[in-house]
Amino acid sequence: MIDGSTDLLLNVTDVAKQYGAVVALRSASLAVRPGEVHALMGANGAGKSTLVKILTGGVRPDRGTIDVRGKPFAAGSPAEARRGGIVSVYQEPALIQDLDVRSNLRLTKSPIEETRHWLAELGLPDLDLTDFVRDLPLASLRIIDLARALAIEPDVLMLDELTAALPANLTERVLEVIGRQKGTERSVIFISHRLIEIGAVCDRATVLREGSTVGVVDVTAGSEDRIVALMLGDIVRGDGTARVTTRAHAARPVDAIPRLKVRSLTVGSKLTDVSFDLHPGEVLGVVALEGQGQDELFDVLSGSERPNGGDLLVDGARVTFRHPADAIRAGLVYVPADRAEALLMQRSVRENIALPLITRLGSWGPIDVRGERRKVDAAIATLQIDTRAAGEVRRLSGGNQQKVTIARWVAGGVRTMLCFDPTRGIDIGTKQQIYQLLRDLAGAGAAVLLYTSELKEIQLACDRAIVIFGGRIVAEIAVDDADEATLLRAAYDLRPEELMPEEVASAAVAVEAAEISQAGPP
Amino acid sequence: MSNGAATVPRNRTEIIELAGSWARRNVWTLGLLGLLVVVFGITKLLQPNYGAAAIQGLAINILPIALAAVAQAIVVISGGIDLSVGSMMALASVTSAVLMKGQGDLFGVAVVGGVLVLGVVVGAINGGLVVATKVPDIVVTLAMSFVWAGTALLILNTPGGGAAPWLMAIISGPLGTDWLPKAMVVLTVIVAVVWLPLRRSTLGLTLYAVGSNPLAAFRSGVAVGPTKIVAYALTGFFSALGGLALTATGGVGAPVPGSYTLQSVAAIVLGGVSLAGGRGGVLGPIIAVIVLALVRTDLFFAGVDPNWSTAIQGAILIGVVMFGSLVAMRKVRA
Repeated sequence: MIDGSTDLLLNVTDVAKQYGAVVALRSASLAVRPGEVHALMGANGAGKSTLVKILTGGVRPDRGTIDVRGKPFAAGSPAEARRGGIVSVYQEPALIQDLDVRSNLRLTKSPIEETRHWLAELGLPDLDLTDFVRDLPLASLRIIDLARALAIEPDVLMLDELTAALPANLTERVLEVIGRQKGTERSVIFISHRLIEIGAVCDRATVLREGSTVGVVDVTAGSEDRIVALMLGDIVRGDGTARVTTRAHAARPVDAIPRLKVRSLTVGSKLTDVSFDLHPGEVLGVVALEGQGQDELFDVLSGSERPNGGDLLVDGARVTFRHPADAIRAGLVYVPADRAEALLMQRSVRENIALPLITRLGSWGPIDVRGERRKVDAAIATLQIDTRAAGEVRRLSGGNQQKVTIARWVAGGVRTMLCFDPTRGIDIGTKQQIYQLLRDLAGAGAAVLLYTSELKEIQLACDRAIVIFGGRIVAEIAVDDADEATLLRAAYDLRPEELMPEEVASAAVAVEAAEISQAGPP
Repeated sequence: MSNGAATVPRNRTEIIELAGSWARRNVWTLGLLGLLVVVFGITKLLQPNYGAAAIQGLAINILPIALAAVAQAIVVISGGIDLSVGSMMALASVTSAVLMKGQGDLFGVAVVGGVLVLGVVVGAINGGLVVATKVPDIVVTLAMSFVWAGTALLILNTPGGGAAPWLMAIISGPLGTDWLPKAMVVLTVIVAVVWLPLRRSTLGLTLYAVGSNPLAAFRSGVAVGPTKIVAYALTGFFSALGGLALTATGGVGAPVPGSYTLQSVAAIVLGGVSLAGGRGGVLGPIIAVIVLALVRTDLFFAGVDPNWSTAIQGAILIGVVMFGSLVAMRKVRA
């Protein structure tokens, strides 16, 4: 207890990992005190995921020491890591689809009653444990995963991008519960690309860059900038949250024909009487809590699902989409949040970009080799895709993969792009590039529809925003008014004069307070 | 085969670069070539007078199974599997033998054309059922393998019929030098004329796309169902070629499918085609067929009990695939 290092709950010193010629971790250190929520930050490729894999027993380090409560920690599997005191919750829930929730809990020997308790705390008190995992929404699965991990009461709970696709209300609940771990004997390692969440819940942050720990920051007022600066290193230019470029929405003539006109669109019980216009040269934001019908809206517009009623007009002409190929030919192209829905992971970058190019031609003829190569090269250059790992797309980092999903469409020229949460789980540098790209596309006359689960993105990239609640459009907000508090209230369908439900209001205030003062826990 | 097709080389360094990147993407095929050289060396040790004549025999022997492997590779690359390859070969073989017996050359050519069309139709029926019923491909094609095998027996219930002399002539004997068997030339020409252009076409890319990620392909505007049916039809086409090769090598129609189906699966697995779809080519499976045939020859020359020899072949298959996965795993972690 006299030696400072024994006060630490988790002490990682000088850990290195090399794969062949590729250095994934050069010298990573991470010191977590008991009772603290500790952020682990780093841009894509900084070595964050390798360190996570080492701590969860997926990978053995080449060098360095790891101690948990002063005892050496060496894990060859997640089960061993758990015995060593570290439990992780990932972005993708580790639950077996074909078993019910209870069987999943038994499988991991998780205490059922404690899990139930945490489920209630996290906002799912009525969950039926006999429900099959495959029938539950993704957000609930993430909550179950977290409740299960909390019930085990590990020394160190590691949360890897847990909040990346959670709806705002569940995110607040999760952050509140995590905050409660403070001052206990246990600690949380929190990994998120959302600086707001870091500010709201974390005590300290360790920042990785290019495989090394480059700094440990006490999370207080103004530390956001410092964290971003550390993460980006030399490539940081100016204010990382500055608006991307100027926009020209004011210049639109009143009588212009919209690129896409949606009228009274209805899809089952999910979407009712939705109407809006999307004009060339604009980025229209879509804001909604999880499951308000935005998935169905994008599925219909991209030709994957057929509506029950309503009209779609592209450039003034009525269209009906029976297959994504129809939508693509009408100029509506889709960028999903889940890259696994868009990419051929085992094929090359080139083939991935070429695939939609050739499906636009709609023939099975020979490929125009020179033309294709030129377009593909142009797209790679435009998006600054790092193709060092040339071969297969699955070898690329998440950010680069997402750029490939966009490049696939840019290569053929974009008229209307439908982006569904395109920046989910990717680093801030790539996010900036994607916002800039969307602005550039709009500047060149394309129309962009952008759904985002990160409210901040609306003001960064959009000209205006529509808000969907319960399958209906409940608000249209001009960009200058679209601050996070306004959007959040609108997403809950609250009129300005009404009062927010208490817990929502306090959560929203907590977020805002954290943003302004970095005051720490609510 | 190679996916370096999408480029037009301009100068020497670029050609070297292309060759290098082709080699990196086809490590498995190159490794198999190495294995082939080793196995051939062992053959030469065991049987010092193994020479041109033996190689001609080998080429003729492996022609049907090599075509079966190509057939299987195409459907597996596109994310399916076809357990009726052997039965379709039998059907093609008996149809051609019955129709060709005692007929003139010109009629024989027409029969070959007709049988290939039959192959495409039979394959398309397999594919259509898989796509329309949504029953797992392994079940549909297993069931259809009984249908096609039964049909073959209805046409000819014992080996019989005959092959047009020209058909037998194009695969027997050498071309030019004794070391170049005609059967090998025929195989090369078939692959070069049918598969290579296909691989470079839009259809080729969509086959790989559907096998690699059907959802992504769908979202990219690919017509997934029709593409799958085309893949099965191509498998039927190559199975029909395999059946014609059976007729040509045996001189009669063979109504019993033998073990070609499972051998074709073994060959593609050894040949680097992923059973999960989307990866591999047809060169690897063809080399794998040759390796497996040579191993069989070696075990025979070494005087190994035939029962043991079968078991050893299985062990080699598992061993090589395991070794390959281990190497791939190390690479992925890097």
